[in-house]
Amino acid sequence: MKTRNPLIRLFILAVAIWLIIFALIPNFFLLAISFFEPDKHSYVIADFTLNNYERLITPSFITIFTDSLWLAITATAICLLAGYPFAYILARASARFRPWLLLLIVIPFWTSSLIRTYALINILQNNGLLSKLLEFLHLTSEPVSFMYSEFAVLIGLAYTMLPFMILPIYASVEKLDTRLIDAANDLGAGSLRTFWHVILPLTAPGIMSGCILVFLPALTLFYVPDVLGGGKGQLLGNYIQMQFTKPIPDWPLGAATSTILTLVLLLLVLGYKWSLKVSSQRSEFDNADDDREQKISSRFQAIPQAPKISGLGARLMPRKQRIAGSATEGNK
Amino acid sequence: MARKSQTLGWLYSFMVYVFMYLPIVVVIIFSFNKGRFAIWTGFDLKWYKLMFANKEIINAALNSLFLAVSASTLATIFGSIMALVLTRYRFIGRRILNGGVYLLTISPDIVMGISLLIIFILIQIPLGFTTLLISHVVLCTPFVVVTLMGRIQKLDEDLVAAARDLGASEVQAFVQVVFPLLLPAIAAGWLLSFTLSMDDVLISFFVQGSGFEILPLRIYSMVKLGVKPDINALSTIMFVGTVILVLAAQFLLKTRRN
Repeated sequence: MKTRNPLIRLFILAVAIWLIIFALIPNFFLLAISFFEPDKHSYVIADFTLNNYERLITPSFITIFTDSLWLAITATAICLLAGYPFAYILARASARFRPWLLLLIVIPFWTSSLIRTYALINILQNNGLLSKLLEFLHLTSEPVSFMYSEFAVLIGLAYTMLPFMILPIYASVEKLDTRLIDAANDLGAGSLRTFWHVILPLTAPGIMSGCILVFLPALTLFYVPDVLGGGKGQLLGNYIQMQFTKPIPDWPLGAATSTILTLVLLLLVLGYKWSLKVSSQRSEFDNADDDREQKISSRFQAIPQAPKISGLGARLMPRKQRIAGSATEGNK
Repeated sequence: MARKSQTLGWLYSFMVYVFMYLPIVVVIIFSFNKGRFAIWTGFDLKWYKLMFANKEIINAALNSLFLAVSASTLATIFGSIMALVLTRYRFIGRRILNGGVYLLTISPDIVMGISLLIIFILIQIPLGFTTLLISHVVLCTPFVVVTLMGRIQKLDEDLVAAARDLGASEVQAFVQVVFPLLLPAIAAGWLLSFTLSMDDVLISFFVQGSGFEILPLRIYSMVKLGVKPDINALSTIMFVGTVILVLAAQFLLKTRRN
């Protein structure tokens, strides 16, 4: 629609100003401060320096960085390996039960991850449920505690982030055109080949957005090590938090770490864009309408909040609409 | 063969659900426990009584409710306008604005938290309710935008065109046709914003200040000390609240428009 209405123009302007004030300026300042000198009294002094980044190549930071990276990558891998088959089964479940099964994933998705982290203590603590289970299986003879270890942090991250992996993958499996799988089978591909050459590339955007949604928080959820790690398994998030809370705050160091985090994010977004390309190459035989819809919906999946939305019954991109073209009821 | 793998698949899914819900169920059960420790000694509501008698918790909960209602209402207003502008109108720079919203939604919460903190301190807004409100509105608005965008894209343009043909102005068409059609999605956006605001730790931690304590941060400082039965009670209440809100939002988004 063309815009001539002055009110609409005003709104457009308001949106632009909003983004400038709340997205552009804060991030710009963060970037700027990462090049400034720290100061005891006014937090920063506007003297250009690369010192903050140099401080990040010290061995102590590199240890924190690689540990945190390892935890986040492992947690993401656990979520992917556990979540993919689950999402696939869920998306192929009968239409009668699917909304309810999905709802059971949407609920933990929206539940405070702090509370979910806390809930894990009962499982992991000395004589907790996991310990009892191991005793029952005769894998251990005495109560064990899993708390206050890197392992606890890893379980905590995987546990809290699992729904964030499941929902975007679910959305992309649900959109998957089953005719393509049939075609691959008809042409003689075994199930492994079908998976590798058809299913995997087509669900790549879901996988990629799931990984973005899990990986970034897994680097930053500082309360998980606070609650479960007891000083072990520190994340990049804890390091950033510390720079702002220690008696003499070090904003520039925190800002430099955050800038690195933002760079990681941008890399992942590029990866996501690439996965979209892979997926659309494979589904060229879709008609134009489907393509457009796929673009719109995969766009949604990239947004961390989107699973919250597609999770909400995945009603935003109804399958019916895809199957029936955009002909009938989906539009009304 | 197919049957067997299907059974295995269901068994696997069941295990995932157990993994997901067991810890929460355990917390709920022990919130009704008589004893202090993780051994069942009998049903009792004393931890709930203890929790409700805790002034700090109640105060923080009231603060949080007030903040969440204000923030999600503002976020819903801004978010609705943004979603409409970004989906229904073509203009120069639209892609840039779209990209801006997109980046805002995927940027890590902690980065949003510290960058807002830096701005607040630089322009000397004292940390407290105002800074929390601004931050939560910034956090929630993109959620409302994406919730609504899906709905707006599915909106039947013919209905709007019909209204215009029948002589409605753009504003009239909006108020009488578009708005009622979008109302369920707008309400869902509000509910989801409310949940987000009630749960946020990562951003609030930095912009909270000392005068206005909110519930998630109260819980944060409590859980660092380990399991306590009154936190079990509080967690149970928060969980039940989330379930109700999600169900309501789900219902609103599902409602068929006519």
